[in-house]
Amino acid sequence: MKYLIDPMDLSVEEIDQLIELAEDIIKDRTRYQDVCRHKILATLFFEPSTRTRLSFESAMLSLGGSVLGFSNANSSSATKGESVTDTIWTVSCYSDIIAMRHPKEGAPLVALRRSQVPLINAGDGGHNHPTQTLTDLLTIKREKGRLDNLTIGFCGDLKFGRTVHSLLKALSRYSHVKFIFISPYELKIPEYLKKDLLEAQNLDYCEVEKMEDVIQDLDVLYMTRVQKERFFNEQDYIRLKDSYILDLKKLKNAKEDLTIMHPLPRVNEIAIEVDDDPRAKYFDQVANGRYVRMALIMTMLGLENEVERL
Amino acid sequence: MKIDSIINGIVLDHITAGKAMSVYEALGLDDLDCSVAIIKNVKSTKMGKKDILKIDNDFEIDLDVLGYLDPHITVSIIKDGKTVEKKKLTLPQKIVNVEKCKNPRCITSTEQDLDHIFYLANEKEHIYRCMYCESRVEKK
Repeated sequence: MKYLIDPMDLSVEEIDQLIELAEDIIKDRTRYQDVCRHKILATLFFEPSTRTRLSFESAMLSLGGSVLGFSNANSSSATKGESVTDTIWTVSCYSDIIAMRHPKEGAPLVALRRSQVPLINAGDGGHNHPTQTLTDLLTIKREKGRLDNLTIGFCGDLKFGRTVHSLLKALSRYSHVKFIFISPYELKIPEYLKKDLLEAQNLDYCEVEKMEDVIQDLDVLYMTRVQKERFFNEQDYIRLKDSYILDLKKLKNAKEDLTIMHPLPRVNEIAIEVDDDPRAKYFDQVANGRYVRMALIMTMLGLENEVERL
Repeated sequence: MKIDSIINGIVLDHITAGKAMSVYEALGLDDLDCSVAIIKNVKSTKMGKKDILKIDNDFEIDLDVLGYLDPHITVSIIKDGKTVEKKKLTLPQKIVNVEKCKNPRCITSTEQDLDHIFYLANEKEHIYRCMYCESRVEKK
């Protein structure tokens, strides 16, 4: 595996292997602590994202490797007008693997032309964020024990939320997954996803405006942030905003084994009181992000079987 | 109106009425040093009205560009005053530097020397998407 740009670059088999490896890492992290010794991960963040960068760096350090890089474009030669291609070409001479985040959509695909080492897209604008999708899949697999035969509700901003789109695409390849989209009219799932993906593959889905109407049916609830500025008028925002805030009252009718997820950061869409509910898994999700990135780095460096040799 | 028949060249027929100029521009016919007839609003039993382009030169025509603009255009190759070949157009799988990506967040808006490449995403509805950001192309 030489690159990961789009979550759909990975086959179902490759995803299953990464999840399996991540689960093995979780069982006994110490077995993996030297797998990437003497290897260098470059984290090139042309726009700041503390959470994702730290997750990548923590993953590499946990494998015994080293990290170098920059955390915003101001501390790179991009400020001098250097192209993405040249920056990546240069850094790939200093490192064994690169994780890059860039505000421009498609930047990792451009970088791939000249990268001499494996390249991971750590987010390109509102476009792709494949390691978040892997994180989400690992979380669902760990919590439910499967990625098929699920009813998953996506709630909030489904129009602009790239994590939702990517996870939807990834889950569409598993059988008997029912999708329930909970959003205001203004933030509905885009038509092209409905037409080109859901309807084209005859997948089971429905759209509702209120969480209360469907919460009892869900195995997984994937929350996202609803931003006020996305609404066309104040009245609609006031009318609908409470429908997209999860609290204990709304959880009353939910299943005992519901899994509540959120890509974070949250603002107020999940009430703090929910954090102590055993169904809240969004911080487990953060931890899973580190493990699945460990599995990914190992696999991309061709070291996935190294632990057996150590 | 009388327009002389061409001896060696190409006739593009069944162009949607009013679109002849955009085909002319997209194919770069302005750069040719030969006669080019742009015939607009010709009566057509099939289309009601249509445009026709006659090019008095047997240059290599970019069928991908033409197929992208309108796959229903008929391309006839004329040699010694006779039609020797009719080319069938199809929607190309990708187009390079025919359209520009309009998405301001796309890497093509900043990175130098980057070709604007679009791939065919939906054949039925003629939808092309940017190879980099996947934005849908807005046809000229």
